[in-house]
Amino acid sequence: MILLTVLFEFDDVVVRFGDDVVLDHVTASVPDGGAITCLLGASGAGKSTLLRLCNRLEVPSSGQVRFRGRPLDEIDPLQLRRTVGMVFQRPTLFPGSVRENLLVAESGAGEERMVEALGRARLPVRFLDRDGDLLSGGEAQRACLARTLITHPEVLLMDEPTSALDPTATRALEELGRSLADAGMPILWVTHDLDQADRIADRRIVLVGGRLADEHQVDHYLASEEAFHHHHDDELHEGHAHGEGEVPDGRG
Amino acid sequence: MAEGDVGWWGLAASLLLIAVTLGISAWRRLGLERDVLVATGRALVQLLAVGYVLAVVIDPDQPIAYAWAWLVFMVLFASWTVQRRAPEVPGVLLLALAALGTSTALTTLVIFGLGIFPVEARAIVPVGGMMVGNAMTSTVLAGRRIVSEFSEKRADVEARLALGQPWSDASRPALRSALRAAMTQQVETTKAVGLVFLPGAMTGLILAGVDPVDAVRVQAAIMFLILGAVAINVVVIGTGVTRRLFTDDHRLLRVTRTAT
Repeated sequence: MILLTVLFEFDDVVVRFGDDVVLDHVTASVPDGGAITCLLGASGAGKSTLLRLCNRLEVPSSGQVRFRGRPLDEIDPLQLRRTVGMVFQRPTLFPGSVRENLLVAESGAGEERMVEALGRARLPVRFLDRDGDLLSGGEAQRACLARTLITHPEVLLMDEPTSALDPTATRALEELGRSLADAGMPILWVTHDLDQADRIADRRIVLVGGRLADEHQVDHYLASEEAFHHHHDDELHEGHAHGEGEVPDGRG
Repeated sequence: MAEGDVGWWGLAASLLLIAVTLGISAWRRLGLERDVLVATGRALVQLLAVGYVLAVVIDPDQPIAYAWAWLVFMVLFASWTVQRRAPEVPGVLLLALAALGTSTALTTLVIFGLGIFPVEARAIVPVGGMMVGNAMTSTVLAGRRIVSEFSEKRADVEARLALGQPWSDASRPALRSALRAAMTQQVETTKAVGLVFLPGAMTGLILAGVDPVDAVRVQAAIMFLILGAVAINVVVIGTGVTRRLFTDDHRLLRVTRTAT
């Protein structure tokens, strides 16, 4: 893959919540183009915060975030959020039907546009009039994705979108992400699940304790996660070949 | 002595019930004896002090400005009380001042402008006190409710923000449900009035020998005014607090809730 431009740049970014330093002088970049970049790290490592900087649900305490070369604080946040769509950890359907949800996102949307958005999220058209409360976790998460896609974003942020889903729904959402990326959509995907990163990541950014991991820490993190998985799943994983903080892993 | 009066002897006799309260606390080991004594003492001292001040304020020979000043003092004191009772609400003191000031000003205008009550100190002080007192309680409720609503519905609100909605749109559903909750209580009280409880003004008038139907007219007018004051107040505090919870660039701030 030829990566021409930079999508997001984090330039010496610090985020503090009160006395807690959540991101500690992070400098990293995410290339543009249809690919999935996984933000990996243990819980509390700051990966969700890094993601939320990208659509300005958070702002840095110091440092700068740039989107396609422009500092985020020079972009209208409402415009930015329609360009950079987000899917959250748990399905966040609003009360009412899927149709009503799509209309919250795009009030003037006609039938055609709604059908298109559902199709991109691989939901059948009959879901339009289903009540959000009656959907399964996987369906609800895809309805949320459809709700984001109906605004025609150019970038997708996924904040551990499968953490509330069963394995089948997880795989379905991963494949959906893959096909959107293959169709040219850059995706930033937060996960703590190494196996998931192996399945979907074209690139990885690993955070440890709010800092960008160096090579040693990445190995250490991966090894400890492996141990955790072996312990819990009681199944063998093949050895993973991982590099430093930011590495293309040769996919895509 | 008028027939509704409680003399010093009567007041002393009512302390018998305080003795009962102390007895229950000691018997059930509630450990509330000290608090009960402090509460009783404070109530006595505060009410007596207020009584002597009021005697001056509502004296028809004194300028009516005293009564208006008393009303302003009540608004200030109530705002300070709101701040103490809802410290987790951002900018609560100024918002409470704005809310209580607006609701008191508007209801006062209606009460005295339309001649519902005469512009006399003996009406301004007690009626104003009831307005401010009820509005104060609803301000605390509304303020706390808004903060907890946005804390609980953070995911919903941020999902709306993430779709590019401005804070005013993204906050609407949560604000609506908080305002409803804060107003419902006063609406329910208004519904139950007379059936479940006889409110203070009416009780006082009946005790003082006023014809019950006349007392009811006064009470009904006061209830409607209170409902209006609460509504104005809840909407001012609700909108104000909501605005304070969002930044100019449409982010929802984190507010730490304190234990109730």
